[in-house]
Amino acid sequence: MLFGIEWDTSSHWAFAVSILPILGKGLLVTLQATVVGFLLAAGFGLVLAGLKGMRSRLVAWPARFFSEFLRDTPLLVQLFFLYYVLPDYGLVLPAFMTGALALGLQYSAYTSEVYRAGIQSVPAGQLEAARALDLTPGRTFFAIVLPQAIPRIIPALGNYLVSIMKDVPILSVVAVLEVLNVARIIGDRSFNYMIPLSMVGLIYLLMTLVAAWAVRKLDERLPKEGIHLQ
Amino acid sequence: MSESNQSDKIIEFQNVTKSYGDHVVLDALDFSVRRGEKVTIIGPSGSGKSTVLRILMTLEDIQDGVIHVAGKPLWHEEKNGQLMPASEAHLRMMRKEMGMVFQQFNLFPHMTVMRNVTEAPRQVLGLSRDKAKKRALKYLDLVGMTEHADKFPSQLSGGQQQRVGIARALAMHPNILLFDEPTSALDPELVGEVLQVIEHLASQHDLTILLVTHEMQFARQISDRVCFFDQGKFVEEGRPEEIFTEPREERTKAFLSSFLGDH
Repeated sequence: MLFGIEWDTSSHWAFAVSILPILGKGLLVTLQATVVGFLLAAGFGLVLAGLKGMRSRLVAWPARFFSEFLRDTPLLVQLFFLYYVLPDYGLVLPAFMTGALALGLQYSAYTSEVYRAGIQSVPAGQLEAARALDLTPGRTFFAIVLPQAIPRIIPALGNYLVSIMKDVPILSVVAVLEVLNVARIIGDRSFNYMIPLSMVGLIYLLMTLVAAWAVRKLDERLPKEGIHLQ
Repeated sequence: MSESNQSDKIIEFQNVTKSYGDHVVLDALDFSVRRGEKVTIIGPSGSGKSTVLRILMTLEDIQDGVIHVAGKPLWHEEKNGQLMPASEAHLRMMRKEMGMVFQQFNLFPHMTVMRNVTEAPRQVLGLSRDKAKKRALKYLDLVGMTEHADKFPSQLSGGQQQRVGIARALAMHPNILLFDEPTSALDPELVGEVLQVIEHLASQHDLTILLVTHEMQFARQISDRVCFFDQGKFVEEGRPEEIFTEPREERTKAFLSSFLGDH
C-alpha cells in the first residue's frame, strides 16, 4: 500500500493496473519538478546570458566561471550541496524546491548558451540596418533581434525541457516522491521491482517521444525568418 | 567647381585615419562632398571604399582626424571649445542626416515590406501609423513596389528587395544617401531595375549621393564626380569623363583597364 492505495497481486496484469494510479501520483510530481525546474532554468539562463555578455569583466568573468562550474560538476553534487549545506546557513527549503532549484541552476548554464547562440545567429547586417535607421538599442533588441532569435531559441529550450524531465529521478536521493522513487517503494513493499520499474521506463519512453514530437512540430511551425511583426 | 567654399560642404573628412591592427584602411584621408553632389567611389575590392560610407553611417569608428557632416563634427562633440569623443545621443542626432542602402539589402526578414519602411519613421520620428503608412506608400511607389507592400522580403527577388531597401532609407528623409555596392549582390538581369531607381534619385537636386559601385557605365552617367580609391587614399578624382577617358594616375589606368577586361 502506498498513498492509501492497495495493489492487487492476483496477476501481473492486475498488479500493473492497480499500481498505475500510484505511479500517476509520482508522475505528477515528476512533471511539476520538470516544469518548475525548466522555468527556473529559462529565467536564470536569461539572466546568466545577460551577465556573461556584459562589457564589464568584473561582471562577465564571474558569470562565465559560475556557468562553467555549473556545467562541469555533477547535478548530484549540486543537489547535495543545496540540500545539506544551505540549511547550515539558515536556508531550509522543502526537498521538492531544493531539487527543482538544482535542476534550474544546472540547466541555466545550458540555456544561457541557447540564448547567446540564438541572439548571435542574427546577422550583423540586421544590427547595422537598425543602427542606420537610428532605432534605439532597446527597440533593436525587442523588434529586430529577439523576433529573429526566438525560432532558434525555442526548439533548443524544448530539448532541454526533455533533458530536465529525464534528470528528475535524481531528486529521489533527497526523498522527493517522483515517479521512479514511487516505483522503487512499490518494489520494496511488494517484492516485485520488475513491473513498477518497467512501467516507469515505458512511461518515460512515451513522454520523451511525445515531447520530442511536440518540439519538432513547434520547430516546424515557427517561421524561420522570425516571429512576424505585421 | 572643385574649389567650392566651406559652407556648402555637407561632408568633410580631415586627416581621417582608420586601421584594423596593422592594416591601414583609411590613411590620413581628406575628402569632401558638396550639398546635392552625386559622388561615386570606385576602386579595387577590399580597398576600404565601403569603410568610408560605414564610418559616415557610424557603423565603424575612426582612430584619428575629424569628419564634419552638415557643419557638425560626426564622431566628436564640442565641449568647452574642445573636441571630445561623441556620445551615443550625438551619434543618434547625426545619423538623421544620412540613410544607407546595403549591398546585402539587410531588410528585416520578419517584417512585411510595409513594416520595414514604416518601422523607423514610427519609432524614431514618432510618426502616427497613418502618416508613416502614407509616407511609405509614397516611397514604395517611387521604387515601384506598392503592390508588394504586404509581402515578406523572402517572397521578393533581390532587385525588389533592394528597391524596398532604398524606400526604407528614403522614408527617413535623409539629406545624404549612402549606397554601398547596391547592385553587387544581384543577379545581372536584376541590376537594371535598381540602377533605374538610383538614377531617378540622382536627378533630384537637393539630395546628396555617395555611391560605392563597380558599375562603371552607371557611375559615368549619374556622377558629378568620380573618385578612385586605393590603399587607404583617394588616388585621383575628377569629372567622370576625365577619370574614365583620360586618367592621369597609373594605378587608375591599371584598375580601369583590368576592370574593363573583366567585364
